[in-house]
Amino acid sequence: MPKRSDIQSVLVIGSGPIVIGQAAEFDYSGTQACRVLKAEGLRVILVNSNPATIMTDPEIADATYVEPITPEFVEKIIAKERPDTLLPTLGGQTALNTAISMHEQGVLEKYGVELIGANVEAINKGEDRDLFKGVVEAVREKIGHGESARSVICHSMDDVIAGVDTLGGYPVVVRPSFTMGGAGSGFAHDEEELRRIAGQGLTLSPTTEVLLEESILGWKEYELELMRDKHDNVVVVCSIENFDPMGVHTGDSITVAPSMTLTDREYQRLRDIGIAIIREVGVDTGGCNIQFAVNPDDGRIIVIEMNPRVSRSSALASKATGFPIAKIAAKLAVGYTLDEIPNDITEKTPASFEPTLDYVVVKAPRFAFEKFPSADSTLTTTMKSVGEAMAIGRNFTEALQKALRSLERKGSQFTFVGEPGDKAELLREAVRPTDGRINSVMQAIRAGATPEEVFESTKIDPWFVDQLFLIKEIADELAAADKLDPSLLALAKRHGFSDVQIGEIRGLREDVVREVRHALGVRPVYKTVDTCAAEFAAKTPYFYSSYDEESEVAPRTKPAVIILGSGPNRIGQGIEFDYSCVHASFALSDAGYETVMVNCNPETVSTDYDTSDRLYFEPLTLEDVLEIVHAESLAGPLAGVIVQLGGQTPLGLAQALKDNGVPVVGTSPEAIHAAEDRGAFGQVLAEAGLPAPKHGTATTFAGAKAIADEIGYPVLVRPSYVLGGRGMEIVYDETRLASYIAESTEISPSRPVLVDRFLDDAIEIDVDALYDGQELYLGGVMEHIEEAGIHSGDSACALPPITLGGFDIKRLRASTEAIAKGVGVRGLINIQFAMAGDILYVLEANPRASRTVPFTSKATAVPLAKAAARISLGATVAELRAEGLLPANGDGGTLPLDAPISVKEAVMPWSRFRDIHGRGVDTVLGPEMRSTGEVMGIDSMFGTAYAKSQAGAYGPLPTKGRAFISVANRDKRSMIFPARELVAHGFELLATSGTAEVLRRNGINAAVVRKQSEGEGPNGEKTIVQLIHEGEVDLIVNTPYGTGGRLDGYDIRTAAVARSVPCLTTVQALAAAVQGIDALNHGDVGVRSLQEHAEHLTAARD
Amino acid sequence: MTTSQQGNASQRKEAPPAVLVLEDGRTFRGRAYGAVGVTFGEAVFSTGMTGYQETLTDPSYHRQVVVMTAPHVGNTGVNDDDPESGRIWVAGYVVRDPARVPSNWRSRRSLDDELVAQGVVGISGIDTRALTRHLRERGAMRVGIFSGNALPDDGTMLAEVRQAPEMKGASLYEEVATKEAYVVPAIGEKKFTVAAVDLGIKGMTPHRMAERGIEVHVLPATATAEDVFAVAPDGVFFSNGPGDPATADGPVAVMREVLARSTPLFGICFGNQILGRALGFGTYKLKYGHRGINQPVQDRTTGKVEVTAHNHGFAVDAPLDRVSDTPYGRAEVSHVCLNDQVVEGLQLLDRPAFSVQYHPEAAAGPHDAAYLFDRFVSLMEGQRA
Repeated sequence: MPKRSDIQSVLVIGSGPIVIGQAAEFDYSGTQACRVLKAEGLRVILVNSNPATIMTDPEIADATYVEPITPEFVEKIIAKERPDTLLPTLGGQTALNTAISMHEQGVLEKYGVELIGANVEAINKGEDRDLFKGVVEAVREKIGHGESARSVICHSMDDVIAGVDTLGGYPVVVRPSFTMGGAGSGFAHDEEELRRIAGQGLTLSPTTEVLLEESILGWKEYELELMRDKHDNVVVVCSIENFDPMGVHTGDSITVAPSMTLTDREYQRLRDIGIAIIREVGVDTGGCNIQFAVNPDDGRIIVIEMNPRVSRSSALASKATGFPIAKIAAKLAVGYTLDEIPNDITEKTPASFEPTLDYVVVKAPRFAFEKFPSADSTLTTTMKSVGEAMAIGRNFTEALQKALRSLERKGSQFTFVGEPGDKAELLREAVRPTDGRINSVMQAIRAGATPEEVFESTKIDPWFVDQLFLIKEIADELAAADKLDPSLLALAKRHGFSDVQIGEIRGLREDVVREVRHALGVRPVYKTVDTCAAEFAAKTPYFYSSYDEESEVAPRTKPAVIILGSGPNRIGQGIEFDYSCVHASFALSDAGYETVMVNCNPETVSTDYDTSDRLYFEPLTLEDVLEIVHAESLAGPLAGVIVQLGGQTPLGLAQALKDNGVPVVGTSPEAIHAAEDRGAFGQVLAEAGLPAPKHGTATTFAGAKAIADEIGYPVLVRPSYVLGGRGMEIVYDETRLASYIAESTEISPSRPVLVDRFLDDAIEIDVDALYDGQELYLGGVMEHIEEAGIHSGDSACALPPITLGGFDIKRLRASTEAIAKGVGVRGLINIQFAMAGDILYVLEANPRASRTVPFTSKATAVPLAKAAARISLGATVAELRAEGLLPANGDGGTLPLDAPISVKEAVMPWSRFRDIHGRGVDTVLGPEMRSTGEVMGIDSMFGTAYAKSQAGAYGPLPTKGRAFISVANRDKRSMIFPARELVAHGFELLATSGTAEVLRRNGINAAVVRKQSEGEGPNGEKTIVQLIHEGEVDLIVNTPYGTGGRLDGYDIRTAAVARSVPCLTTVQALAAAVQGIDALNHGDVGVRSLQEHAEHLTAARD
Repeated sequence: MTTSQQGNASQRKEAPPAVLVLEDGRTFRGRAYGAVGVTFGEAVFSTGMTGYQETLTDPSYHRQVVVMTAPHVGNTGVNDDDPESGRIWVAGYVVRDPARVPSNWRSRRSLDDELVAQGVVGISGIDTRALTRHLRERGAMRVGIFSGNALPDDGTMLAEVRQAPEMKGASLYEEVATKEAYVVPAIGEKKFTVAAVDLGIKGMTPHRMAERGIEVHVLPATATAEDVFAVAPDGVFFSNGPGDPATADGPVAVMREVLARSTPLFGICFGNQILGRALGFGTYKLKYGHRGINQPVQDRTTGKVEVTAHNHGFAVDAPLDRVSDTPYGRAEVSHVCLNDQVVEGLQLLDRPAFSVQYHPEAAAGPHDAAYLFDRFVSLMEGQRA
């Protein structure tokens, strides 16, 4: 039965900003779905507040609303667009929750919007723990298999002690009922521990109730991805096995597809249970993900949970198998059945089958604990990783080693030189799951641990443990061999050893190993991901490398451009870069090139087999890229390699690629150096007569002190050669400078510390521009809302700039052009300026696509990354204007006065992390970037746009209620006007004594509240932290100063995060928020699609 | 290829060299796996990612050298519960990365040891994907595996491969079937008696029937119609099996008698081909067959798609677009493979008989088609009523 004919339009809800646990995979899924629905002739209406996504590109949907994903705003969109249907299963938990809440509020009924892809009952059955337990119970009755973890509810210590026997003994999990964030839960291994934990739990629980649950820690963990159509056809797309056993969130585990250690009987049992669950839950059409734990001793199966929607795992499964789950889910939602949908890869066979793999896929998580030094790095059932890399190999060892080197982290690859350390100590370390535990395990093996000992410590399946031994044995052979002969090299490569690793073992340079390897003819071949293990011919060139015999890269005649992607998402290098790579691919394909994408991030649109003409799912190391270049050079003409768009990862390869004879197009490696190297860049600035803040470099405290003394405090200090502001700090005095130098491990004679004058009170400005060697196209000028000193990635900003005049723009344009010309840019450049007083300082220049390119592109309705890709290959700005890719006249610096204002706000991951005592981590912004994602608010007025950005990022700004203000001395003056405004809007003000005094002197009434350090008052007066926890505060303004203020405010800010109270940590943000509150209180805030904004802008430009 | 003599620091053991030679001359060099020696057969590939024990012991693989497309084989070792018959039947085994250490709570020994114990010659470490693609493009063909430290020269090996018998025209079912009749008792209350003609039956098939209260009398392939009716069956079953169905004149004759008496009849795989022939349809050899556990089959009566286990190199040539008239009344194609429109099931409209080309007993493979055993039960119930 074909598509439903009664649907004309569909509203798709995206997942909003990238946060831990809900990342780029939903852009991938959502983009696929929107394209499919549009191709089916439906009017697609999309809401997503995240500008850094492909799905919010204006051509993906018919009406794209970059608006907050809250029931209020989505209702406005529904009222305006009147869609027939709503598809809520492609935007993660955000979309699902929003849809459910609108259903509950009766909004969907009111506007006659039908939920497709999942019904409310099914969503509830899948999501609600108790209901889901019932589902599992029902399934067990039907098919005799599957159960939930056994548990007993206890109300007294006697119940608890008796409960342990019911569960079959220790260890047990104690979960107090109705406590916040799982407070008071823990594992008890014996009666003493049980009495302690359960005793505390009974006290903590408002109902004096604890749930005692059998422990399944250390069991094998599996996931199945299933799809079901309206005719009840069900297929299992993929099985995934976790390398790390139960106890680690699957997003933080190394995972493997397909499952490696199940017999067919056991696998079919999981499949039977999975199918019975999807039926019982009632997912009518679409995908779901089910997680299982399997007892390694007897095969007992426990069903952990299910997600009745597209998930991170389904994105991984799609990339792992070539079966596009989101795309198919969208088609099923509009009425198709699986057998009516062709398999894209084979084109001849239908989607109603189960992919079979003749390779192994390994996914490894990427963490960012270095950004949150106080956070506990133990991996638990709360996800903490910020990204992931996937690798494909013809066997597990090859895939695993490729995945580890794809992580691009120092020490992520196995190392086989140096002392491994003490075996017992390493095994003890390996008990605790952490980022890099696998490396500790490898060192333990090197130190002489037996397979049994490794299993005992980690419960990693013995088959996986043996694979680690296999890798270690090959490393031993490499070390012991007289010379690198072809067979030994081939053996090492077949098990995933990189040239770097082999070089390390043999005491050779990487390039020497490569030379030897090439001379001996040991090179990889490229195999195809084809869904069917070669049973049918594949039409889609989705490749991975392997040291096998036969390559499947077909010859081609069109010139190819290789685009290097950005690798695993991490803080500082996220989805924004993928956006630019995808745009390059689209633009160059349109321009007649064959596009070849290289990336290893399974969450992205760039690694969709549909995006480019060819996809290489490979690590982005020099070795892997050189081999791809070689293979593609043999296949046909190669126009060049683009390194400018994927962020620092490919940029870092530019020089080495060029040295190896690879045609790097766009900005040359020499020009990149001119921008990245401080000395060379200083030269560029000097020649152009542009000022930079005073600075110097030092390798010792004495040196740093001398510089700081000369340029004056505060100074901005940072290690050289770091990304994302890692280790960067504003230092206000000599004492802290001394401790900073002492603490920093990254400083050495070859890696000096950079000391810059810190421009207090300066306005920071970001510029994105295109340069073709002749003409500059100013893409956009963004004015930061927070002052200089807060990492640009964490700062909110407005475009067009809200306080800069025509003269300022003129100066910015001239400076940008001088730098672009001086550096030698061909393509995109991003420059950060600081305006202090009347002087425009140049802070830094990045000769590549920046994080803000998607934001700028959407705010100005101009596809900058597409233009950059074209310029890289020789097009000029003038040609692109003539073609229509760029506006015929004017640019991002000459936006009409009535152009919409866009505000970008960063989204921080504070709530994800706790220190080892279980307390939250501090939320203060600084020069080190820590945000994981961003949202955009767009409107005709700054205040409204800012309010929307806040609603999109953190939840709506309050329009009335109680505001608490506590600011550092230097901020007290600038706080007065916004505070007065708050009062005018009817806010009641609370303040700490110092701030209250200043307010009163200025005629503003503020009640004094007690600081946390003062404790509760004699008459039971609550401290501010208590008030926040009790929900008595609606808005918090707390600015830290230096190190002292940080500690005072810590409890306030962590309480704000815990209770989700809006918390502003700069006075600039307060001023903006006041404008937002003003806008919210004056009249209705409307919604407008990007297409409408663009039409308006285009009309105004002509 | 990894053909080096290894360094001494290693605990790694390398097996002796091995060569796989196809009849069209293409060769692959790897390492011996399982027994060392020489073997010949028809090269076929199986795409299942699980279930190697079931595959190895499936009598339908008799005289075939099975190439596993899944690279890792042997991970869960060998247990005593999962085999589908009393021995390994494949003529040779081709894998890329055999497990060194089995890991599973039911495992008793390693697959490598099992292959050695049963004298099965295999090869490991070759580009199994390249080999699979070759077979897909050129079709299933004869193959030899030669392993050991003293291998003949290439020309000699190729000549030997070309002397091995072909699958087309091979009559093999008698070689794998039981010589003596035996009974698989019903589990729980006995409701029916079925005579199952063993042409290479898998252990799971009588088990699936027994689960439904059927007492299964498994009869040798040479069983006559008299033998069949001697057990007073409520239904008759014809099993899967190896070889060319065009050679199975005996079973075809028996089946015709069953049809003539309108005793409920069910056939699987070879049994489906025999029903095809009994009804007057032809059979033919597929280019490279269906072997895997992910094949989409549509039940044309309900429109539903089931994911199924396949192992067949031959197929029935029956029209998809119409009902056919046969000596036993009207017949139609009930099931079809959605990948290539191959006939996957037949049913008579006027008599209680049906068959499928694939494996509803599903060992290895998904259980989607288990309903066919219920359908057989319904036929027998219907006949009684």
